[in-house]
Amino acid sequence: MDVDRIAEIWGAPTPHARGTVWPVRVDQHLEEGLSDADVERWVQSACLLCSNGCGVDIAVKDGRMVGVRGRAGDVVNHGRLGPKGLYGSTPWASSPDRLTRPLVRDGGTLVETDWETAMGRVVETSRRLLDKAGPLTHAFYTSGQLFLEEYFALATIGKAGLGTPHMDGNTRLCTATAAAAMKESFGADGQPGSYTDIEHCDAIFLYGHNMAETQTVLWSRVLDRTRGDDPPVVVCVDPRRTPVAQEAERTGGVHLAPKVGTNLALVNCLTREVFVNGWVDEEWVAAHTLGRDDLWEAVKDYDPDRVAGICGVDAGDLRRAARIFGESGAVLSTVLQGFYQSHQATASSVGVNNLHLLRGMIGRPGCGILQMNGQPTAQNNRECGADGDLPGFRNWDNPKHIDELAKLWNVDPLTIPHWAPPTHAMEIFDHAEAGSIEWLWVSATNPAVSMPESGRIRKILGSESLFVVVQDLFLTETAQLADVVLPAAGWGEKTGTFTNVNRTVHLSEHAVQPPGEARSDLEIFLMYARAMGFTDKDGAPLAAWETPEEVFDAWREASRGRPVDYSGLTYDMLRGSTGIPWPVHESAPHGTDRLYADARFPSDTEVCETYGHDLLTGAEVTEEEHRAMAPAGRAFLKGAQYTPAHEEPSDEYPLLYTTGRTAYQFHTRTKTGRARSLQHAAPGAWVELSVEDARELGVVEGDIVRVESPRGAIEVPARVGEVVPGAVFAPFHYGSWQPDDGAGEGADTGPGPGPGQANELTMTVWDPVSKQPYFKTAACRVTKVRDGDGPSPAPTTTASRPANGSGTAGGRPVPATAGGATTSTTLVDDLPRFPLDPAQEPDGVPAGRATTDGDR
Amino acid sequence: MPHLATYVGLVDHAEQTLAESLRTVAQAQAKHPDIHFMCETLAKMSDTHREGLAPVVERYGEDESSEPERLHAAGLGEARTGPLGLLRDLQDLHVLGHLVLSSWTVIRQGAQGLRDQELLDVATSAAADTRRQIAWFQTRMKVAAPQALIVSA
Repeated sequence: MDVDRIAEIWGAPTPHARGTVWPVRVDQHLEEGLSDADVERWVQSACLLCSNGCGVDIAVKDGRMVGVRGRAGDVVNHGRLGPKGLYGSTPWASSPDRLTRPLVRDGGTLVETDWETAMGRVVETSRRLLDKAGPLTHAFYTSGQLFLEEYFALATIGKAGLGTPHMDGNTRLCTATAAAAMKESFGADGQPGSYTDIEHCDAIFLYGHNMAETQTVLWSRVLDRTRGDDPPVVVCVDPRRTPVAQEAERTGGVHLAPKVGTNLALVNCLTREVFVNGWVDEEWVAAHTLGRDDLWEAVKDYDPDRVAGICGVDAGDLRRAARIFGESGAVLSTVLQGFYQSHQATASSVGVNNLHLLRGMIGRPGCGILQMNGQPTAQNNRECGADGDLPGFRNWDNPKHIDELAKLWNVDPLTIPHWAPPTHAMEIFDHAEAGSIEWLWVSATNPAVSMPESGRIRKILGSESLFVVVQDLFLTETAQLADVVLPAAGWGEKTGTFTNVNRTVHLSEHAVQPPGEARSDLEIFLMYARAMGFTDKDGAPLAAWETPEEVFDAWREASRGRPVDYSGLTYDMLRGSTGIPWPVHESAPHGTDRLYADARFPSDTEVCETYGHDLLTGAEVTEEEHRAMAPAGRAFLKGAQYTPAHEEPSDEYPLLYTTGRTAYQFHTRTKTGRARSLQHAAPGAWVELSVEDARELGVVEGDIVRVESPRGAIEVPARVGEVVPGAVFAPFHYGSWQPDDGAGEGADTGPGPGPGQANELTMTVWDPVSKQPYFKTAACRVTKVRDGDGPSPAPTTTASRPANGSGTAGGRPVPATAGGATTSTTLVDDLPRFPLDPAQEPDGVPAGRATTDGDR
Repeated sequence: MPHLATYVGLVDHAEQTLAESLRTVAQAQAKHPDIHFMCETLAKMSDTHREGLAPVVERYGEDESSEPERLHAAGLGEARTGPLGLLRDLQDLHVLGHLVLSSWTVIRQGAQGLRDQELLDVATSAAADTRRQIAWFQTRMKVAAPQALIVSA
């Protein structure tokens, strides 16, 4: 069956009944004119274009990647792929503007050179600064899109080689709150739930999570339940009427559209309702949690009538949503950027954990929590400690954990910076602005477009006092500001592993050669380590690895005995039919579908990844205070009071500004912008206004508007859409690089800003616990610049659709988004065996369930 | 209870000094949003404590001490600049916080002796908040110290 997956984002439905296996549907896309017979090899991998982690085979012909096919036996996707994965996985690789040689800045311009010269400059500057002022001059800003091996190598170089605390990833922008919330509640990072919870729940709550666009394959898994027999009820918390919100309405659930910045008040209200209606599983709570009474104190004043006023939602809707949560037998909750990038992020996300803990709904099929990730390998960055964490979910404040790392690397514990948590990204840029960080290595990310208040970031990156190394596939907006640019090999051009939202590890194999002199990120990091001559305390070279598998094996040892235990996992096991969820060790040799089946949490003082924080201030709980609580494997119930957002609407800036994703683009479009089908579906920036606000402003569909905050402005076409009145939505993908019509090399107007660059307006402000920037709480004003000459480029198939849904808006026709290249879809009747899937276990209990890592 | 009134006056004054100093730092650190906003939040906490004292003042009065002030905690006056200046401001706030906390401790003891539940509640909750303020100063100092001491200009 042929399908246009631009028009049909979620593909052919395969509805099925509760408790049965999600059917298999194999999606495939090959370059135009090619058929299966033309494919020389299929190479095993997993998709890198969202955090879902779908198993995929890469089609290779004449040494090029020419398409992809979903892996039928993979537990994550059961053969499916989404539009980004199908269309966007391979075209970038043969794009004519790939970086093929290193570049160095000479006389103000970047010129091509060889590796020796480029790395020579990096090393020379590094040595000079180390001699002058030591390792605190050095910082790394990495990604959520490298491989596990690359993060672990980088963490080793930074923490054991250089000894700088300044290392973070863009994971700070997408997933830091997920990690922080799990650490606060359970003691350590680690996703409690599993995607298989979708098959067994009778309600799904999505908090600030437009799954229909951010993880399209996961959403098709949900749709296959909501359209099948015995469907779950959907509850959606989102200021836009997303496809998720529509599904909530359709299933008899609730769409709560709170005012931007009021999530915590809403969650506190749901929590209060669970208390006052007697839905708390008191026996379970007494046995497995701490802090019940303090939580009640924190939430008791959030009655629905009061909260309705704060959030601008109906009190009856709040009560209905709470009742669905309180009375359902099995609830799956998912959380994403609507919470993570908004005011009181960690407290709100912890609130979702609290709700599950109060009802004892954790560790059983259907009772999952999915604190989602935004990026495909964000999880590995958190695990390996190339962001604000230490390898293996170790606690920087626990000297024994530091000793373990020191032993592992054979270095002096004092080399490993552990006087405070590793420096978070916003602070790194702050130190660079102040001049105390003078050397910054950026890998696989584009902060000139993606960080808040991007004008400030570009100024810092371009400043004379900062030596900037950028390692990427393309000459991104950020790379244009660098002193040295290193050409990297991408997905399919190197080997490594990565782990998705629900802990499933995949191996991504080398399929083709990178172009020109491009090298894998791992090779580049190791090249630096060798050139710097980092050694352990016996004088042996540090990070002396040659292959990704050697790094992986070192990581297995680093993770042994920790909650994130990979010790029983090998490359060979990952070459089987499916990815495997950690922990994988002697007692769980085939992996673990969901954590905490025994309700034992990694909260003990000796085990935990953090002693915790005050959710309001971010102040640290001390080791003594933590020990005094005697957590003994119990989870923490933690509450906080709602406070108004940092920037409230005013007369001057009367509207609330919020940013987000569209289904067709990923991040700053480095890959998706080079895929014709995707680029045509969402070719340029726009903003969404509500019907009411548009009318007041005299704006109709496609009119050019100026959106301004105290920090910057954009001028883009308006979509009169389904955002809540009083709010303005802008997609964050669009920088100054604009692909041409063929989605090829395109035009570039320099490092920026682009005319529709959403982060020109956002604030430099972050959550006190997770340090994740708030991209979704700024005040703005909108003025009409001129009449439009056509509809806005916003898609019609997503949350961005026109308000009336009729295909016209303000009298201006809006053509339906369609026209993607052909893909094929095959329904497979013969179900493979999906390891650990509760729907395939005779007694409903998966083999790996009896064991969790709570007591390890 | 002539001297309880003295301590009510002392804690009121100390909370006021802390709140003003927090606002001074908040204003000076507009470029460091975490410090800017958190100092504002913590200043409001101190305001709330002073409001909680109002009925107590009504009951016991608020006296200036006849004891001479030996240690002058006049507050920050104006904020310092640069990373080292910020570190020292945080340390000053930390000291002020402890002055507030020990004052509440004394009042709490008095409240127990008097079996005054209302005052006991006010003092207990204010002391808990003050500990949160101090914990934040401590956390923030620990993070800021190495960079400020070793590599800042």
